[in-house]
Amino acid sequence: MTAFKDGELPKLVKTLLRPAPKLPLAVLLTRAVRRIAVRRSDLIERLGPTARVPIAVMPSDLPFSFRVSLDGANARVDVVTAGEAEKAAARIRAPLLILLGLLDGTYDGDALFFSRDLVIEGDTEHVLALRNTLEQADLTPAEFAGLGGPAADLVNRAATELLSGARRLVQAPAPQKLPV
Amino acid sequence: MPARRKRLELVCPAGTPAALRTAVDAGADTVYCGLNNETNARNFPGLNFSENELATAVRYAHGKGAKLLLAVNTFARAGATAIWTRAVDVAQACGADAVIAADLAVLDYAAKRYPDLRLHLSVQAAANTPEAIGYYQKTFGVRRVVLPRVLSVEEIARLNQEVAVETEAFVFGGLCVMTEGRCALSSYATGKSPNLTGVCSPPDHVVYEKTPDRRLLARLGGFTVDRFDEGEAAGYPTLCKGQFCAKGKAGYLFEDPVSLNAAALLPGLQEAGVTAVKIEGRQRGKAYIGSVVRAFRRAVEDLAGDGKANDLAEALTALTEGGRQTTGAYRKTWR
Repeated sequence: MTAFKDGELPKLVKTLLRPAPKLPLAVLLTRAVRRIAVRRSDLIERLGPTARVPIAVMPSDLPFSFRVSLDGANARVDVVTAGEAEKAAARIRAPLLILLGLLDGTYDGDALFFSRDLVIEGDTEHVLALRNTLEQADLTPAEFAGLGGPAADLVNRAATELLSGARRLVQAPAPQKLPV
Repeated sequence: MPARRKRLELVCPAGTPAALRTAVDAGADTVYCGLNNETNARNFPGLNFSENELATAVRYAHGKGAKLLLAVNTFARAGATAIWTRAVDVAQACGADAVIAADLAVLDYAAKRYPDLRLHLSVQAAANTPEAIGYYQKTFGVRRVVLPRVLSVEEIARLNQEVAVETEAFVFGGLCVMTEGRCALSSYATGKSPNLTGVCSPPDHVVYEKTPDRRLLARLGGFTVDRFDEGEAAGYPTLCKGQFCAKGKAGYLFEDPVSLNAAALLPGLQEAGVTAVKIEGRQRGKAYIGSVVRAFRRAVEDLAGDGKANDLAEALTALTEGGRQTTGAYRKTWR
């Protein structure tokens, strides 16, 4: 018997994060996505009409969800309850480390859907547009943090190590990206 | 000591410029892609290349010794052929190594306007007889035919003896129902088809719904096409891979949700005279592209070296539809 299963963070994390203030996190994330949206206008173009549609990203092992809108300079991330997230036109649900693995190219979205590690609900068109845009984005943790140069390399390497270690620990699906 | 064999050409998919770079870096000899409109059979939101991105992609591929093919493989609409002819113009202007086409009007335009532009016949043309292939070769100068996934390895060998063009065979990825280029199932449910608008089961007609008993329903155009128990491996929401009731029994009537994996048949396909092997999946992510291309690169190199086959089943199971693999029509062992 193990405390970890299916890639989910331990329940204790959910309990500890429940009282945490949501606003600072929303502000930080909004700032990050606006920076990327402004710098990478090609991504907003690729998103098409989906840029104007709020999409719910629902980490199944966190006590809150994210409502993400990527409308260029007006892009924003709200930290919302699961009930509020359910009202979004399109919803993506998975453990946090799996969702992050979709961002960094560790996982293939279709394969996660086939294995039921990823749940898609609502207007599939928007989920697909977002997934395909993220595939093209090649976003790194440093870009989210607004870092460049040697600091960016350091942060990216550290984040990759941290995430793969965490995925092993919580028995997330094996990375689908085979080693080079 | 066994004689060294000629390497099979490895043709790989790319739905985005990032995926193209992944495919090339992972060892693709050739990458195929499409423009972001209905001229190709993977016309999904957020996918494909703008004209500028295509030009950059050609430079990247050529810089690394790889080729780039542009799929212009849907059927042009009467009275609205401009985007298809424009796509051919773009391929020529960008320096693409070939255009993959199926429609007679597109082939005719490309052959007449750009006689030096190499033409490959798309799987959408469903050409599987020497007569059909001979027609495309003589009429439009087609140099390669992508074989429909209806032939056994023995049938491919016989076909190759009777045609004067190269042949390319799918070896991995999603399987299409067995009348390629002529499927009306998606049109029936949604009004859009892979052959005309480039989308099979268009995502704006797909809805997934969780039931109170925690099952997942996949709906297409209002039809429930499949139902999965909690934890059960799922497939694409296509009618051909949906469940139907026939003679009082529910089941996968046309096709199971399963992916093609013909890695173990590479030696047979090479013996049969196939020039190139193709990986399906322009709609898939970089993790899929990188892993599948690297695995097949190794298999192709092993085959060219000692002639040994490797089924790659274990390495690639996690990436397959429904978590299952088949050799499809190549062995014709299904019910």
